[in-house]
Amino acid sequence: MQANPTEQSLLLKPDRPVGIIGYGAYVPRYRLPASEVARIWHGGEGGTPVKEKAVAGLDEDVITMSIEAARNALARAGIEASLLRAVWIGSESHPYAVKPSGTVVAEALGATPAVSTGDWQFACKAGTEALVAAMGLVGSGMGRYALAIGMDTAQGRPGDQLEYTAGCGGAAFLLGPAEEALAVIEAAFSYVTDTPDFWRRPMQKYPEHGQRFTGEPAYFHHIESAASQLMKELGVSAADYQYAVFHQPNAKFPQKVGENLGFTAEQVTPGLLSPLIGNTYAGAALIGLSAVLDVAKPGERILVASFGSGAGSDAFSIRVSEAIEARRGKAPRTADYIARRTPIDYGMYVRLRGKLAD
Amino acid sequence: MSEVVIAGIGQIPVGEHWELPLHTLSSRAILAALGDAGGLKPQAMYVGNFLASVVSHQANLPAQLADHVGLTGIEGITAEAAGASGAAAFRLGYLAVASGFVDVALVVGVEKVTDVIGADLETAVSLGADYDFECVPGMNSKAAAALLMQRYLYEYRPPRQAFGEFAVLAHANAVHNPNAMYRRAISAGAYEKAAMVASPLNLYDVAPYADGAAAVVLTRAELAEKTVRHKLVRVSGSSSVIDTLALHDRSDPLAFQAAAYSVERACRKAGILPQDVDLFELTDAFSVYAALSLEAAGFAKRGEGWKLAQEGALSLNGKLPILTMGGFKGRGNPLAASGVYQIVEAALQLRGEAGANQVAQARRALVQTLGGPASTAITHVLEAL
Amino acid sequence: MEIPRHWRLKKQRYGLVGEVCPHCNVKIFPPRDVCPECGGEAKEPYVFSGRGEVYSFTTMMDGPAGYEEATPYTIALVKLEEGPMVTAQLTDLGEQPPEIGMAVEMVTRKIREDGSERGMIIYGYKFRPVLAREQ
Repeated sequence: MQANPTEQSLLLKPDRPVGIIGYGAYVPRYRLPASEVARIWHGGEGGTPVKEKAVAGLDEDVITMSIEAARNALARAGIEASLLRAVWIGSESHPYAVKPSGTVVAEALGATPAVSTGDWQFACKAGTEALVAAMGLVGSGMGRYALAIGMDTAQGRPGDQLEYTAGCGGAAFLLGPAEEALAVIEAAFSYVTDTPDFWRRPMQKYPEHGQRFTGEPAYFHHIESAASQLMKELGVSAADYQYAVFHQPNAKFPQKVGENLGFTAEQVTPGLLSPLIGNTYAGAALIGLSAVLDVAKPGERILVASFGSGAGSDAFSIRVSEAIEARRGKAPRTADYIARRTPIDYGMYVRLRGKLAD
Repeated sequence: MSEVVIAGIGQIPVGEHWELPLHTLSSRAILAALGDAGGLKPQAMYVGNFLASVVSHQANLPAQLADHVGLTGIEGITAEAAGASGAAAFRLGYLAVASGFVDVALVVGVEKVTDVIGADLETAVSLGADYDFECVPGMNSKAAAALLMQRYLYEYRPPRQAFGEFAVLAHANAVHNPNAMYRRAISAGAYEKAAMVASPLNLYDVAPYADGAAAVVLTRAELAEKTVRHKLVRVSGSSSVIDTLALHDRSDPLAFQAAAYSVERACRKAGILPQDVDLFELTDAFSVYAALSLEAAGFAKRGEGWKLAQEGALSLNGKLPILTMGGFKGRGNPLAASGVYQIVEAALQLRGEAGANQVAQARRALVQTLGGPASTAITHVLEAL
Repeated sequence: MEIPRHWRLKKQRYGLVGEVCPHCNVKIFPPRDVCPECGGEAKEPYVFSGRGEVYSFTTMMDGPAGYEEATPYTIALVKLEEGPMVTAQLTDLGEQPPEIGMAVEMVTRKIREDGSERGMIIYGYKFRPVLAREQ
């Protein structure tokens, strides 16, 4: 007779240990200061939820940005692209509604044709969905290497609160066997409920959101549930981690949820990029992780918890290994992209983001 | 091989002939040339045309154009070499008569750009560039000239205004050409103030596209002497050379190697050196091409073609007149037709019929038409008989 | 819509995949199967590094049909470090004016839409100033 199923672990932990072999970020160079949104829509009054946000150029989209992040990940991993068995991109701004972004990205990398490339969508946790799936592919032995990318060119309706923060960017993670990893993924946990805090119907250009409903019932409940369940089953607490990275729709929420879970500001700040690049949606938690990997030392532990509206959270417990020191310098750091900055005004922003009516 | 002469010439005013279809432009030029040739009947027609299949949705031109002048039953072929299509047709006509297989060849260069407007015209002209690797990245023919001019300025550091001399000269000469599109002189000051088109090219560095048609009747000297009353002009040298299509595939983009070879070979055939000519009708579709053509032909050292303009050497009474009837910039650039206009203009000079623009004692002319940035270069040597 | 011709060239456009001549080792882009140097057969794929230098450039005020919305943009002749030269847009210049001799690196970007907003998106190589990296 089977052991009592209620005592089985709910953690997502593959039989074969899995880790991050390479990682890479991408942020476009343009920045819209939040003060510009305030200037146009609010008479220059009021506080701003971030300082500025990253804006993609006219020739950029989730595909082009994913290609660059993936090339950075491959450079760190040091493996041939033809060995990738999956190129999975999570986004809420895929350039095509039908035709996966992954097909173009895999072709550009040289990973075709023996590769799986369907797209993922789950609002801001589409990237970590792809990451969990990649853990499964590698951990089951189905494929040695898989690439999971979270990338977005998020949009807010003109004049809406989200316009301050909806930003562009993300990161790519190349997963493989733990023994080759620069950071091992100890376990993951996905926590999902049907909670309509934010959504978009197919022919609509901009999403709808539930205002204050996106706070406690959505963001905080799901992240806190996922992260605490993960830590409980692993038998650890916030103090066992050096870093905590959360989904970052603004500057305040990730700091608050960190506090609620027992993390300090020192643990959260290195992975908190939204004040400077805005909310990169499916890229947000992942680019926070890439920034942490740029500085973390072997042996240090990282907790990551994404949040995707609709709603759910994917939590991961990650331990950095020795290999990171040698591989980190083989591609630009997240900070290099953040430092590359051309401020624009609201008029140029509207042109770049295609918000001008024809 | 027979001696080939130009027995008749004809041209229509270059301009925007919105109300005239392509076959009318062509008919007018052909009838003028046939009249000038004293009624010689052609056995073959060579049409130089570049854009009609795209902008006028019309290919198979010889059938249409011959029909409109009552010449069905003869042989007809279209030659295409981008902007040098008319010169290519002239070369075919020359080869046909020189070979002895054709007694009288009619050459007509015709272009009608006013069947499209705006960006569609520029896109059509860029057919002369490499579509996959030049056009798709976003380049067009103006950008190609701009890239060359930018590099020229970087390597040789001429004064930027020096290129204005070509536009000033072209416009000055166009004043007395009744078929020219622009018949007003411009000043160096106007050049300096001109708007930027594609840096560093400004509006006056670019010859504007237009409609046009010009025609020539070629035959053997003994046949022409029977019917023609005016002076005959002999085609004593002819050469057509191609280079790589894309500028980026040239080992030395500023060298215009095809232009250099075609001058060398045409002159060798004519038994002369380039400096033996009395005038040079070169392709000034862009002002930098004029400088590069002078250098490729050996009239100036690399990087010094612009100096000839500045010194006044290129004016009608200078030591090497160019653009004697306005060139591409002043007469206008009817693309495929331009090459035949150049032949007609050189023939007028050698016949002593250039009026106020007459180059004194003009006996020999060098005529060169470029397709693209010298992706094709077709050069002829004409001599008064 | 020109689907097949863009599809044929995707490896060249996305990744600067050319050829190397097995006889004289010359690197060839775009592929042409016959070596332009020695005339021998050259079909072995070669992936260019994407590093190069600006040989010339021009900033276009009027784009050709299909590129009107991207103006003003800069087109350049870029000499790749392996030898061949390519025509491509410069992108991500920011406030930096383009210069002959500028060190650039290849990035894969949107070139245009094929026909209209219903058409496929054409991606291809552009070049940007080398991304500054703190050592």
